Amino acid sequence: MSLSQNGDAMSTRRSTVATWLDERCGLEAVREFAARKTVPVHRHTIWYYFGGMALFLFTIQVVTGILLLLYYRPSAESAFESVQFIMTEVRFGWLIRSLHSWSANVLIAALFVHMFSVFFLRAYKARRELTWTSGVFLFFLSLAFGFSGYLLPWNTLAFFATKVGTEVAGVVPIVGSFLVRFLRGGEEVTGATLTRFYGFHVAILPALTTALLLIHLLLVQRHGMHIPDSVKPPVKTMKFFPNFMLRDAIGWLVALGALAALAALFPWELGEKADPFMPAPEGIRPEWFFMFMFETLKILPAKIGPFDGEVLGILGFGIGGLLLLLVPFIGTNGSRTTALVFKAAGIIAILYIVIFTVAGYVK
Amino acid sequence: MRGKLISTIAVAFWLGLVAPRDATAQAVPARNTCVSCHTEAGDELAVPVKMMADDIHARRGLSCANCHGGDPNDDDVDRSMDPRKGFVGKPGSKQVSSFCGKCHSNPITMKRFNPGLRVDQEAEFATSIHGKRVASGDTKAATCISCHSAHGVRAVKDPNAPVYPTRVADTCARCHSNSDTMKAYGIPADQVQKYQNSIHAETLLKKNDLSAPTCNDCHGNHGAAPPSTTSVANICGTCHIRQAELFSKSTHKSTFEAMSLSDCVVCHGNHEIKRPTDEMVGTGSQAVCLTCHSPGETGFQAAEAMHQGLTALNARIAEADEVLGRAAHAGMEVSKARFELQDARDSLVNARVVVHSFAPGEVEKAVSPGMEVSDKAYQAGLNALDELLFRRKGLAVSLVVIALAAFSIYLKIRQIERGT
Repeated sequence: MSLSQNGDAMSTRRSTVATWLDERCGLEAVREFAARKTVPVHRHTIWYYFGGMALFLFTIQVVTGILLLLYYRPSAESAFESVQFIMTEVRFGWLIRSLHSWSANVLIAALFVHMFSVFFLRAYKARRELTWTSGVFLFFLSLAFGFSGYLLPWNTLAFFATKVGTEVAGVVPIVGSFLVRFLRGGEEVTGATLTRFYGFHVAILPALTTALLLIHLLLVQRHGMHIPDSVKPPVKTMKFFPNFMLRDAIGWLVALGALAALAALFPWELGEKADPFMPAPEGIRPEWFFMFMFETLKILPAKIGPFDGEVLGILGFGIGGLLLLLVPFIGTNGSRTTALVFKAAGIIAILYIVIFTVAGYVK
Repeated sequence: MRGKLISTIAVAFWLGLVAPRDATAQAVPARNTCVSCHTEAGDELAVPVKMMADDIHARRGLSCANCHGGDPNDDDVDRSMDPRKGFVGKPGSKQVSSFCGKCHSNPITMKRFNPGLRVDQEAEFATSIHGKRVASGDTKAATCISCHSAHGVRAVKDPNAPVYPTRVADTCARCHSNSDTMKAYGIPADQVQKYQNSIHAETLLKKNDLSAPTCNDCHGNHGAAPPSTTSVANICGTCHIRQAELFSKSTHKSTFEAMSLSDCVVCHGNHEIKRPTDEMVGTGSQAVCLTCHSPGETGFQAAEAMHQGLTALNARIAEADEVLGRAAHAGMEVSKARFELQDARDSLVNARVVVHSFAPGEVEKAVSPGMEVSDKAYQAGLNALDELLFRRKGLAVSLVVIALAAFSIYLKIRQIERGT
């Protein structure tokens, strides 16, 4: 049989398989959608990449997380030792754990950028309200991933930071003490808290995130990419497949390289095993993405008028979170003043987060 | 705030304003003319009243008359301080111990106030140098009130009490650092000053470790006396148990006894005991062994061998620590190896203790497991540094591959877009 005959046979076989699959899964519709899908090209196109970046980093989290599960043991007696084992004995365990930790932090940073870019470009407006709301929920879930994952190595810093973090929940009026017991699995941070956080981190949060992520992605596909008001027609476009996708891939490869460098040059520290009977060490602090809230609560006076300062702080963050969720439903009249107010609010929020986060580390 | 409240309540008890909780030998009078008259008289006579505010006896509901007798209900000075009413006034130095002993030597009385307190202090005091001197009529020698004060007596566990561990040396120093007072007894007046330069004082006073000894831990308190040459090892051995045990089995024990030398003191001194160093053993300039041993002697060689054992282990631990430190600084996870290195440090501590056997073979045996652990830790450090190098090389290769892949994609994009 000649070479060209070989090629023809192969192509026929591929086509048969494709037809077989198409008849059963409707792949043709997907292919048609992919062929039709375009991405607007303008001076704000760069911000479109951050959603894909977050998705890529989330995939890294899933893959490295599953690999860590093979060795991690969620109990106060063996959690620290199992992470130590992963870091020292398991082949490339150090890489997997460091990638997981670094990627988690870069993911949160990417989400901040993605969320604020959508906010400033006002991409949440009519018909995309649920895309925004599902995105904000995904952001909250990512913070919950960060909070629950921080405790899992069961080291001193994480133990006491979780103690402080869960104490904060106790300040919430009416349901505070219930929340603390719910989070801790008891009155104190113990092995029961670790097991509970493990459950949140590897089962509940991933399930919720997967469901919400699917909704978010479906909504993005349904409504397409938003074109900012400042971009006047005619708007150039590029094909999603392969043009935009390949550009995305370059970004992902760069991110992968950066994560590999961070993991190799600055492996994620393990610290010392938590000892609940030891006094809290100095320099207890939460993960960087909670720092601005931690700092705020620290500087608030004990009493503000007749109210407890900490309670007001927590309520403030609660209202802030609620406002963030409701952004598409408030101030939708499209006036220039509303746009300016939103822009100013966004800039103030960024300045506040940056200043308070830096202040938390500088002290 | 809390202290102030307690003081106020104590004064209230003392003034008889509040009924005491504890039943006392003599009920607290409704009014106390001792307090009112002494307060009115002012100056020196009022001092005891003021001091009693912090006094443990007042806090337990005791009043002036419980110690001094007399009638605190009578306004008339002569009648209230009438010896026929049991008034004893201020006791002389010879009477002080029996004055306090009225209660403190009486187990039945003491059970009502503090059942845990020993009741043999008075008897013990009589056996002490202080007690003997007082009995012989020496009015300068210490009595109960010299250390505990007469009024304003505080519980031993009260950090402000002059007999609280961190204050004992200062209390003894009131007499023992006074060269004029000590001259009469032919005792040097620099012991407290020397003690304050010691490792014991550093541990007690700077680190606030109350288990570290002060004067009374070696000399006794109520039965205070200088230890004899034969009892020194027993005194030091109260805390340094293994050292004393090893020493008692060593050849030095009998030799020192034969030479009337004070065991531990020969090498470590007494009041100015410094933190021991490895240089104290051996044949170097700081070695105490050279005081007795000369080159060529078996003892000289033994000292040298023990010193080498200690320094070799110390150096190996330092090497392992340095390598592990470098690896940890580079972000490598070596906490397990660092933790295990602690066993080597324990071996070193043990070897330093075993030196008190003065047997080089025993020291070698103690050093050996430490060397093994240090070698393992050192190797773990080297492995971590090798692994670090491997990771960096791996990273370099990965970055090249990633860069090539990204560049290929870039070329592909250009190719596609040029085509369209």
